[in-house]
Amino acid sequence: MIDALQYEFMRNALAAGLLASVICGVMGTLVVVNRIAFLSGGIAHAAYGGIGLSFFLGVPYLLGTIGFTLAASMLMAAITINAKHRADTVIGVVWAVGMAFGIIMLDLTPGYNVDLMSYLFGSLLTVPGSDLLIMLVQAFLVAGLVTYFYNDFLAMSYDEEFAQIRGVPVRGLYFLLIGMLAVTIVMVIQVVGLILVIALLTIPPFIVEKHAKSLWQMMVGSSLLGALFTVSGLWLSYTFDVTSGAAIIMVAGTGFFLSLGIHEKKEPQPHGVGNPDRLPKHPLSGG
Amino acid sequence: MTYNVSEKRWTAGRQGIDMDTPIVDIENLWFAYNGRNVLEQIYFRIRQKDFIAMIGPNGGGKTTLLKLILGLYKPTKGTIRVMGNTTEKASHHIGYVPQNVHINNHFPITALDVVLMGKLHPQKRWVRRTREDRRQAMDALEKLAVDRYAARKITELSGGQRQRVFIARALVTNPVLLLLDEPTASIDTKGQADFFRLLRDLNADVAILVVSHDLLAVSTHVKSVACVNKGLHLHNEAEITGEMLEEMYPCTEEEICPVELIAHGMPHRVLRNHK
Repeated sequence: MIDALQYEFMRNALAAGLLASVICGVMGTLVVVNRIAFLSGGIAHAAYGGIGLSFFLGVPYLLGTIGFTLAASMLMAAITINAKHRADTVIGVVWAVGMAFGIIMLDLTPGYNVDLMSYLFGSLLTVPGSDLLIMLVQAFLVAGLVTYFYNDFLAMSYDEEFAQIRGVPVRGLYFLLIGMLAVTIVMVIQVVGLILVIALLTIPPFIVEKHAKSLWQMMVGSSLLGALFTVSGLWLSYTFDVTSGAAIIMVAGTGFFLSLGIHEKKEPQPHGVGNPDRLPKHPLSGG
Repeated sequence: MTYNVSEKRWTAGRQGIDMDTPIVDIENLWFAYNGRNVLEQIYFRIRQKDFIAMIGPNGGGKTTLLKLILGLYKPTKGTIRVMGNTTEKASHHIGYVPQNVHINNHFPITALDVVLMGKLHPQKRWVRRTREDRRQAMDALEKLAVDRYAARKITELSGGQRQRVFIARALVTNPVLLLLDEPTASIDTKGQADFFRLLRDLNADVAILVVSHDLLAVSTHVKSVACVNKGLHLHNEAEITGEMLEEMYPCTEEEICPVELIAHGMPHRVLRNHK
């Protein structure tokens, strides 16, 4: 791995992967605790519609895609805000229609034939330095916004009604969260691909959540774990000459199932020591 | 309300609160959901020192009424004043203890951080989480005898311990009224008795409205009972202790009170404990 770093493309791939890990660690934490993983998938796939539209209209790729994805995500946010836990159908529709729209737009665009695979899995090994700079700026933006609104996001994620009573602007924050998510996803997709974005958004936060004592810990832990997956995946990709994005996801997936196994073994302790009045956990008991 | 450390109790030092103004004043309130009336023609007042149990069947509108008082829903018709103000402006005077906070079994938050949520001031975003906030949060946990769990994850606590943490969270908001939605659902019978004793102690400084599914058992510490089933009927203290039952409220049939209590022909009497 160390000797691989003499190549600039490997250094860039590593830097892009680490930046994506941090951005996805922070945003993914909010995704997992707010249970909007499916909505994130919807945004990521609807983004393909933006890519198709950008090529068809000949507008700059990033501008068109971000504009289209923001619009689609705001639409989903508006429809889901009053029924967050029953929003899956709407998201599924936008997911499918966005993707289909993108493909038709690309069909209608003369002379262009964008490779769907590069959109799905990205091209970590061909990341230019300019993309790294954009990701760095974005990482700081995301970190800044999340820090500023940290307590509000925490209250909204944990107990939306209580937050509202305390005067937290929960509706505005929900749109802000989805908007940040849309921009994050578009930016990171073009570097590491749609599938890796979803994996990095969900797998590290899910593993860390059980062990973290605060959202902050969960964000830091997810970023570190994502970085570990990325570095090991890249190393496997380099050593065995396999697709980098897929290798990272396989590592992350292995970590996911390992953590499930470890947790299964730890969980059944109904008579916790030193806590005699501990009640058995019921799925509806509010635990 | 200020917190006096030396006395370890909440003292009613709320400036500008007229003891005669009802905390909650509801007039001719109607609420419809999907074209169906959930609440009809509600007149209801909560005053200082009140300790009201709200009972009624599932779907009778109890939780809806709570959320209307909290300003989370808007009435279809009629008015709700809280501390003489609109609910949007005054909902922060109410300490809300929800029934079921988070179904997520792993949410990363400690008991102390849950209580600190009661200290949120969205207007002052950078100056939160002061030492004073922490101290008040710890004091509230101590008052409810769960301070030793402050650093534990909330999901590791038992149902009863969690309930106390949520009450602590409501108390650090310095409420004039405590609203509790089904607080005893996850507590055993012995725990429930303790729990109502705790509420009685808190009632020295704060009015309490507690929602219960249980139509039969209402704690002796409760001063009045509000029956909610589309309509609302309030049974006051005297009636509950069985004094002047017929003279005060000739409440014998459903058209007066929307909820049948205990049995037909034995209307609206709350029996004392067998001693």
